[in-house]
Amino acid sequence: MGERPLRVIIAKAGLDGHDRGAKVIARALRDAGMEVIYTGLFQTPEQIVQTAIQEDADGIGLSILSGAHMTLFPLVVEQLRAQDAGDVVFFGGGTIPPDDAARLKELGVREIFTPGAPLQDIVDFVRRECGKRQSPVA
Amino acid sequence: MAKMIERPSGLGAQTTPAYEEQRRRWEEASAKGRPRSGPGSGAVDRTISDVPLKKIYDPADVADLDLARDLAWPGEYPYARGIHPNGYRDRLWTMRQFAGFGTAKQTNERYHFLLAQGQHGLSVAFDMPTLMGYDSDAPQSRGEVGKCGVAIDSLADMEVLFDGIDMGEITTSMTINGPACIALAQYVAAAEKKGIPRAKLGGTIQADILKEYIAQKEWIFPPRPHMRIIVDMIAFCTSEMPKWNTISISGYHIREAGSTAAQELAFTLADGFAYVEAAMAAGMDVDSFAPRLSFFFNSHLDFFEEIAKFRAARRIYARHMREKYGARDPRSWQLRFHTQTAGCSATAQQPENNIVRVAFEAMAAVLGGTQSLHTNSMDEVLALPTEKSVEIALRTQQVLAYETNVTNVVDPLGGSYYVEALTDEMERQAEAYFEQIAEYGGVIEAIESGFFQREIAEASYRYQRSIETRERIIVGVNAFVKEDETLPADLLKITEETERGQARSVADLRGRRDDAAVARSIERLRAACRDPQDNLMPHLIDCVNAYCTEGEIVEAMASVYGRYVERAVI
Repeated sequence: MGERPLRVIIAKAGLDGHDRGAKVIARALRDAGMEVIYTGLFQTPEQIVQTAIQEDADGIGLSILSGAHMTLFPLVVEQLRAQDAGDVVFFGGGTIPPDDAARLKELGVREIFTPGAPLQDIVDFVRRECGKRQSPVA
Repeated sequence: MAKMIERPSGLGAQTTPAYEEQRRRWEEASAKGRPRSGPGSGAVDRTISDVPLKKIYDPADVADLDLARDLAWPGEYPYARGIHPNGYRDRLWTMRQFAGFGTAKQTNERYHFLLAQGQHGLSVAFDMPTLMGYDSDAPQSRGEVGKCGVAIDSLADMEVLFDGIDMGEITTSMTINGPACIALAQYVAAAEKKGIPRAKLGGTIQADILKEYIAQKEWIFPPRPHMRIIVDMIAFCTSEMPKWNTISISGYHIREAGSTAAQELAFTLADGFAYVEAAMAAGMDVDSFAPRLSFFFNSHLDFFEEIAKFRAARRIYARHMREKYGARDPRSWQLRFHTQTAGCSATAQQPENNIVRVAFEAMAAVLGGTQSLHTNSMDEVLALPTEKSVEIALRTQQVLAYETNVTNVVDPLGGSYYVEALTDEMERQAEAYFEQIAEYGGVIEAIESGFFQREIAEASYRYQRSIETRERIIVGVNAFVKEDETLPADLLKITEETERGQARSVADLRGRRDDAAVARSIERLRAACRDPQDNLMPHLIDCVNAYCTEGEIVEAMASVYGRYVERAVI
C-alpha cells in the first residue's frame, strides 16, 4: 500500500452524453500522475460501483449535467454501502445548483465541483482525500 | 495620384510610396510599444481556437483575394457576403428560442408565453429519455424525465405540446437525432389530426446523427443503418413536405464538446457532404434535396473568428456543392444556418455577466449573416432558464435587431482586411481537415477510428489548461472574482412528481389503445426496416397514429439494426 499511484474512476451515468468535463478531469488527474479509468457513457450506478471494486479504486468521480443528479448520486452512495465499499472517496461535478450540492454532501458525497472549478483544486482534493484512504493512519 | 488597383479584381490594392513610408513609421512606433503580456493580462496572440494573430492586418494580407471569385456580391456565388441580396434589410433573422421542460403541458404554456413576447418560431427541446428512445417509465429514464427538455412518449404528448398553436402558420425546429424520424412522424400526425396537411408544415428537424457519434453522444442505432434512415427522411420530405428542412447539420454540439472554431466548421461541413453523398448514392438528384438542407452553428466569444467562420462556411459549401457535387440550382449552393450562442462560454459565477457574453455572441452571428438565432439565458449554466431570464435573452435579440443599426447595411464587415484574412484561414484549415478525413476513408470511418473524438478532446483540454494558467481570462472565474458570492436561488426545478406523472400517463396510454393496431403497425415497421427499398416514414406515421410509444418503436427498429456502442477515448 502507498506504493502504487492513486487509482480513480471517472464515470458518466444515466442518459447524459455531455462528456467534455469528465474527459478533461480524467486527463488532468492522469497528468497529475494518477491512474484513471474512464467508464464511458450510460453506466448504471451498479456498474460504476462494480468497476470501482474490481479496479480497487481509491475514488469515484461522477459527472452529471442532465439534471438527474438528485437521483443518480444517491443511488451510487447506496450501492457503495450495499457493496461494502464505503471507504471509496465519492465525489462529483456538473450543473448542480448549490442547495442540491449541499444535500448531496449530507448524503455522503464528499465534494461537488461545479462549472468554473479550477482543475488544480480538483487534483488537490483527489490527492488529499484518496491519499487518506491509502494510508488511513497518516 | 495613387495607382488604384493593380489586379483588376483584388482587394489588396497596390500601395504607394507614401503609404509604405507610413508603414515604416508605424512599424517603428509600434516596436517601441510595451505590450501587455503574461498570465492574467488578457493579452493573447491567437484566437480562442489557436489561430495565430498578427497585430494588424493590411492590404498585403488579402493580396490573393479575388473580389469576384472569393467575395462577390451578397446573394451571389460563393456567398461570402451572404445569401440574400439585401441582407437583413428585407427580413430580419428568425428569433427562435429553444425551449422545453417537464411535461408537454408545461412546455406548451412556455410556448404560448414566448409567442406572446414576439418570438417568431418554436424550437423544441426534448428530455434525455425522449432523445435516447426510452419511454418515461423505462428503468433507464429514472431521474431524467422532463429535466433537459420536454418528455414526449407518444403522439398523445405531441398533441398536447402544440395545443392552441397553429401548426400551419408557425415554423418549428425540433432538436432530436437518434429518434428524429419518430418525432417527425408524430409532428406530421399531430398536424394532420388538426386538419393541417403535411405539405403545409414548415420547420426543421435536426436529424444529424453523424455529429452524435462525434460529439453529442445521443445515438441509438449504429452509423451505417442510421444513414439509411436519414436518406429515407430526406426522400420522404422531398416528395411530401416541400416546406420542411429535412436535416439541420450541426456544429453547435461539436463546439460545445470542446472543438475549435475551425474543427466545428470542418467537421460539420464534412458531415453535410456525407449526407449529400448518401442521398446521391441512393439515386436522388442533388438539386431535388439540397435546397432543403440547413446548418446550425455555435457563436462563441472570439468575435471576429466567429464572423469569419460563418462567412467561410458559406463559401466552402457553395464551392463544394457546385464544383464537386455538380448542383445546378443556386439554392443548392446556399448555406442557410441557425446559430445559438455558446452555452460553454457561460459561467456559473456572476451569472448576470452571461447576458453581456450572449449579446456579443449574438452580434457576431448577425454580422456573420445567420438566418435564425437562439440567445442563451443567463442562468442556463445552473439549471433550466426561468421565464425572466428567457425574456432577457429574447430582448437581447430585439435590441440588436432594432436599436444597434447593424442590420441596415449588408455585410458591414466585408472587405475588412482582418475579417477577410481570417475567413481565408478558416477555409484553409477546413480544407486541410477534409483531406485528413478522406485519408480515413470518410466520415463514418473517421468516427470509427475515434479521429474526431480525439481531436475534440485535445482541443478542449488545451482550452481548459489555458484558463487554468490564466493565459485566457474569464471574468468572474479566474479574474475579477467576487469572494463569498452567493448563487441565485430562484432556479427552475423539475420535481419527481413530474416523472411519476409522466410515467403513469404513458402506462395509462398503453392500457387504452387498440393493441391489435399497435402490433400490426409495429410488425409492418419491422419488415420495412429489413427492406431497404421501402421508405420507413409512412410506416412510422402509421405506428404513431396507432399510439405506439417511442420506446416501442425504437425497440422494434433496434431489433433489426442493433444498438451503437462507443469505444471511449480520453
